[in-house]
Amino acid sequence: MARPRSRFESGSVAWFLQRVTAVVLLFVLAFHFLWLHFVNHAADVTLWGSALRMDQLVYFIGMVVFLVTAVYHALNGIYNALLNWGLSGRARQVSFWVFAVVGVVAIVQGIRIAFAMAGVVTQ
Amino acid sequence: MGASFDRGLIEDFGRWRTFSAGMWAWVLHKVTGWVLAGYLFAHLAVLSTAIPASSNPEAIAANADLYTRTIQGLEGILLVRVLEIGLLAAAVFHMVNGIRLLLVDLGIGLERQAEGFYVSIVVTVLVTLVSVPVFLPPEVVPF
Repeated sequence: MARPRSRFESGSVAWFLQRVTAVVLLFVLAFHFLWLHFVNHAADVTLWGSALRMDQLVYFIGMVVFLVTAVYHALNGIYNALLNWGLSGRARQVSFWVFAVVGVVAIVQGIRIAFAMAGVVTQ
Repeated sequence: MGASFDRGLIEDFGRWRTFSAGMWAWVLHKVTGWVLAGYLFAHLAVLSTAIPASSNPEAIAANADLYTRTIQGLEGILLVRVLEIGLLAAAVFHMVNGIRLLLVDLGIGLERQAEGFYVSIVVTVLVTLVSVPVFLPPEVVPF
């Protein structure tokens, strides 16, 4: 039998988390598009409007969940695509840590944005 | 581990003529995934203008802060509006086809996975058409 081209390990924790984040993203991404593009409109966005939304705890938590799941799903998805293309050995190890650092930086930056927005209302 | 089989060199683009529904779904899921991942970081970069803008209450009250001007400036560009429709199309396809992939993972409806791909395409086209008058500026879409 031919060697499998895909090195994506079905059954691993990363594989499972990719599915879990997919299910979460189905809901938060649908809400995001519906709320900020169909109910409200991107062209009408103001910092004050974003701040009023982010000042609500449920919305804030929802957006942080959105941030974390989206960053994980995106970076793990790209990493898996690279593995699928045959990334291995040292390049694979380096890539893993580059993606991990990029993910942490993106999540920290996203949380900074969320706090900056929420802080506008209370200041 | 799943069963291993030689699926050949899928990066050989000349093979598209022999693609089945499942292979088109695989390619489109990957392409839309790259687009959405790229957009995520561009989106975070634009939203980061909220950080310096948040310390300027006078500008915020006048809707003249950096964040508001950046987003409304981008939204004033027709190409950005058109790209947003493309982004929505990519997201809808990735979501509906993602549901199909979750069902395949769970072993549900395996014999109908090809139909699932066609459903993904139809839903994507319908949502994209609905989004056109919503996403484009009113002066461009006279309805």
